[in-house]
Amino acid sequence: MTAEEASVEEDERDSLAQDESPSLEEDVEPGDRDEESGDQDRQSVDHSDETARDLEWRGVAAEQRDALSERAGIKLAARSRALLGDLLRPYRISIGLLVVAVVLENLARLAAPYLVQRGIDFGVPPLLAGGSAATLVEVVALMVVAVGVQTVTRVYFLRLSGRVGQEVLLELRRRVFRKFLRLDVAFHDSYTSGRAVSRLTSDMDAIAELLQGGFDGLVNAVLSIVGVSVMLLVLDWRLGLMCLATMGFVVLLLRWFRRESATNYRAVREASAMVIVQFVETMTGIKAVQAYRREPRNQELFLGLADRFRAINVRTFRLFAVFQPGIRIIGNTATGVVLLVGGLFVLDHSMTVGVLAAFLLYLRQFFEPMQDISQFYNSFQSAISALEKLSGVLEQEDGVPEPSEPVPLPQASGALDLDEVQFSYVPGVPVLPSLDLHVPAGQTVALVGTTGAGKTTIAKLISRFYDPTSGMVRLDGVDLREVSDDDLRRAVTMVTQENVVFAGTIADNIAFGKPGASREEIEAAARVVGANTFIEALPDTYDTDVAKRGGRLSAGQRQLLVFARAVLADPRVLILDEATSSLDVPSERAVQRALQTLLSDRTAVIIAHRLSTVEIADRILVLEHGRIIEDGTPAELLARGGHYADLHSSWISSLA
Amino acid sequence: MRSGPMSARERVRVLYGDSLTRHPALRPPPTRRVPLTSLLRFTPYIRPYRGRFLVMFLAALGGTGISIVIPLVTRQLIDGPIAAGDRQGVFALGAVALALGLVEGGLAFLRRWVMAIATLGSETGVRLDMYAKLQRLPWGFHARWESGQLLSRIMNDLSTMRRFIGFGLLMIVMNLLQIVVVTSLLLRLYWPMGLVVGVAAVPVVLVCLVNERVYTRLSRGIQDQTGDVASSVEEAMQSVRVIKAFGRAGLVYDQFDRRARVLYATSMERVSNTSKFWTFLEVIPGLALVAVLTIGALAAAQHHLTLGTLVAFITMMLSLIWPVAALGFLLSMTQDAMTAADRVTEIFDAPESIADGPLHLEQPQGEVVFDNVSYRFPDSEEDVLHGLNLHVRAGETIGIVGGTGSGKTVLTSLVARLVDVTQGRITIDDVDIRDLKVANLRGIVATAFEDPTLFSMSVRENLTLGRPDATEEEVADALETAQAGFVHELPWGLDTRIGEQGMSLSGGQRQRLALARAILVKPRVLVLDDTLSALDIHTEALVEEALKRVLVGVTGLVVAHRASTVMLADRVALLQNGTITHIGTHSELLATVPEYRDLLSASFDAESELDELEREVAQ
Repeated sequence: MTAEEASVEEDERDSLAQDESPSLEEDVEPGDRDEESGDQDRQSVDHSDETARDLEWRGVAAEQRDALSERAGIKLAARSRALLGDLLRPYRISIGLLVVAVVLENLARLAAPYLVQRGIDFGVPPLLAGGSAATLVEVVALMVVAVGVQTVTRVYFLRLSGRVGQEVLLELRRRVFRKFLRLDVAFHDSYTSGRAVSRLTSDMDAIAELLQGGFDGLVNAVLSIVGVSVMLLVLDWRLGLMCLATMGFVVLLLRWFRRESATNYRAVREASAMVIVQFVETMTGIKAVQAYRREPRNQELFLGLADRFRAINVRTFRLFAVFQPGIRIIGNTATGVVLLVGGLFVLDHSMTVGVLAAFLLYLRQFFEPMQDISQFYNSFQSAISALEKLSGVLEQEDGVPEPSEPVPLPQASGALDLDEVQFSYVPGVPVLPSLDLHVPAGQTVALVGTTGAGKTTIAKLISRFYDPTSGMVRLDGVDLREVSDDDLRRAVTMVTQENVVFAGTIADNIAFGKPGASREEIEAAARVVGANTFIEALPDTYDTDVAKRGGRLSAGQRQLLVFARAVLADPRVLILDEATSSLDVPSERAVQRALQTLLSDRTAVIIAHRLSTVEIADRILVLEHGRIIEDGTPAELLARGGHYADLHSSWISSLA
Repeated sequence: MRSGPMSARERVRVLYGDSLTRHPALRPPPTRRVPLTSLLRFTPYIRPYRGRFLVMFLAALGGTGISIVIPLVTRQLIDGPIAAGDRQGVFALGAVALALGLVEGGLAFLRRWVMAIATLGSETGVRLDMYAKLQRLPWGFHARWESGQLLSRIMNDLSTMRRFIGFGLLMIVMNLLQIVVVTSLLLRLYWPMGLVVGVAAVPVVLVCLVNERVYTRLSRGIQDQTGDVASSVEEAMQSVRVIKAFGRAGLVYDQFDRRARVLYATSMERVSNTSKFWTFLEVIPGLALVAVLTIGALAAAQHHLTLGTLVAFITMMLSLIWPVAALGFLLSMTQDAMTAADRVTEIFDAPESIADGPLHLEQPQGEVVFDNVSYRFPDSEEDVLHGLNLHVRAGETIGIVGGTGSGKTVLTSLVARLVDVTQGRITIDDVDIRDLKVANLRGIVATAFEDPTLFSMSVRENLTLGRPDATEEEVADALETAQAGFVHELPWGLDTRIGEQGMSLSGGQRQRLALARAILVKPRVLVLDDTLSALDIHTEALVEEALKRVLVGVTGLVVAHRASTVMLADRVALLQNGTITHIGTHSELLATVPEYRDLLSASFDAESELDELEREVAQ
């Protein structure tokens, strides 16, 4: 067994392990309709005919919508090239030096067999004749020099290329992460967090993988193949041509392998993703699995998936089983031919023993990197496609751009105006046809209406998650599009029912509202919303690590934390979108009490299904299909006997 | 499929089709542990493929032998026919070299071809047994293990073991063999040069062994730090709206950047380590080549050595580099495989604490009695539930009301034996539920949890979770009763995939689907955990209506958070600090128990609260 084999083994592992991580790539969603029509790639798996029926249970899902990665090929290549050029621009000099180093290194490596030939053919005969050792000494000295050059250039190349690679990778990570943080909410809504995560994890890993293993090997493979070819022809053009003729077979084999492994690669990823989904969902849903005696059916499904994964892996292994020994056979044949034909040449004195020995050594250098090229193929391919997806993200335009020359708004008072605001998520289907709303500073407004009436949309427009399709949203008379992000976020904060708790301590989580807040401020904020009771009952109170115990914080407790965070942020405008929905009755009551004091001197927009929350508002707006149909104080609306009065009475009766 | 020998696919099915209902094929843990114990326990998975493993071994042996022989043929060729001018001999020996080369390639092909079925078949066997084992393990086990940890065992650890068994182990044997044989051959060819090669190998072995340790440490560090960066990324991408709402992109970016820079620093350390190591691996043989050529030329000059031997010597020496250099890598591979085996056996050895009882209830009535029940989490020192008594008559619906942390969730898991009581007992129709067959019990009791778990499968598959054989009519009836007719409007109706990888449903829709799923089991006892989620009044009414219909004719235990849900119950039990303190109708409890009123009377009267506050302040 040889070095090449070990690395090929490693490569098999990589191609199999690519997706062996809990984060699931969007590739899992190829749309099962495709599958039923029978992908070309899977025809050769030993049971492709049964695939469709075997997977019926998965159901049908919408076609994968990856607009970014599905654009036409040529544009993508150009886009990636531009990104790569941009990333590498600061390293022009380093790259120049790298080229010099790698060329020198390869020349030094090529020198060794040649010097062996010189030693055997010209160093030994004088000695045999009892003559001088000068030639041999000269050859040995040159060899030492070659080894020295090889050492220095190799270390230099590996280090410098490693550094450039890692720096580029770091810069790419930073750019993409910054870009994602910058991109608007509408983008994230459609892109989904799962895909964003895989851009920054598996795609980055693919590039890191190439940098670590493949890049150096690829450069050296190409250079030594070229260099060796030249040397072979120089040493003996007849034998050299014979050796190069075997390249034809190598090219055929490589082409076959590339085609097969490209199609296989995708099938492996997909099969492994399906095993992972089934496994993870069984384990996370184990309560339901056991409560409903789902185990036998699960086992049957998993058997099907695991066997599918096995079969596709067998196929991958067999691709390597053909390719690797195939190259080996070509190499061995070349060696055999060199021995035989070269032996005859030596016999005819048209070639020397030294040249024969050099040929044997060169053939080693020739065929070893040949295997490398195939190994790098997969990692090269996935790095390229990763780069394409990343460059797609980077060229995405921000739908809610920051103003280049913002109107300063250091101390907003909190007056909100929506002037003829129109908004639609899908063009032509307006959620808000034309809304006029004026909220004076300090007023608490409650929005009431059925799902889809446009309440949350209004909240998102005020916090500038979206910009209106037409019309204007103003804070203290300034268009939100003219306000810098910092000023806007200081003035306006939104709390939703999405109770995000970050890794870290309870105190860290509250301090998210105001980085650098003192412990007193944090505790005071917790007290305001009544979160202090449960926090103080925790083992480490405010220093309790939520990541370790996060699972044990109930939804209600998380919501209280989020509330405390908003209190600490102390914005002029507070938007509450279903922010009390997970609280049980006693906690909700405590929060209500807190809200009354908290909201007394600031502008607030409250959305809640529970009318108990709504009752503390100064003003209630009833919305329907994006229009305001009732507007007044709670008492006025009750007296008017309209929608709100109806809702109120059915709510009262539900309390019994 | 086809006649004759079993296909690989059939073999997997024959061997592991019944994984769920039998013990894993894994050997039981021996009393005395040796370093390889855990790995050796997996031999039963290899046994079905032993023929193939034997072929692999023999092919590898043959291949190694030939690679040793080829340089000797070269030597023979140069010293014999070429030196003697024997054209015939050149043809003969050249043909031999050619043939040996082809055979060697053929053997490599054979080994790899055979290996695919054998090692992947064994791996799949362990995977299936492990999945079955995990499905049998009780909820208490799963509560302690994150699914990510289990996933890395069933995917990464199993493939680590597969690589060791199919490749690493074979390579250790072959490499050692090659080192011993080739070194002794070199010594026999010309001992001073053999000695030089032997001496050159010593530093290579040492450096490889030491370096492997450093390299492994750095790689693990990089793995961990990549994980840290990934968790920053995950957290940020999942909460991007909150980050925006508070304008904290800078804060989050800084945290990410800190981690990315740590990763960068470690990666650079590895770059510098590998650059030195790879260079070393090329330089030592280079220097050895210089030494061999010098000594060889001098020896040839003094006729101690033929030219053929010199050429053979150089080729053989070069063939030793890899087996020597790989020792460190192979050792760490062995280490990894042993660790992986330990991690996997840890799961196989976990006790399956929830076991079948002897009895089977044919016609259950559904009377449920909690008799002095206590429950304590395995890692805790306090009872979550204690001295709990509750008698639910057949067909009756009991509402359970309690504040946060009162033990409601545990209570819902006890009846279907997802966890077992730690003291006391629960009976159905006077039979201790631990005396029943688990499948029988779980057919009698259906549980719908606070968070309805949906799987990434079709609606139909999700609905028939507990009844894979349900007919179309039964499914339609259940959907109708649970007010879940909306599924017919989905793009592909009941075939639409839902769950994380499919269509997302609203909270109210999920709840109604979970109800339909519970009804389909046709349980005698229904345990429901009603959620406290944001349903608008219209949806809430739909869910209430569904609940009302579902509870007709079955014994119900309903954990309720809202007054409207409590109204569905015949009686209400108030759970406080892990035990039931009051039981009665809703209006009785509302009238007589202040704590109950506190929990459920949502009519928040701001004015009166304010008055009260003001009074407090005034005092």
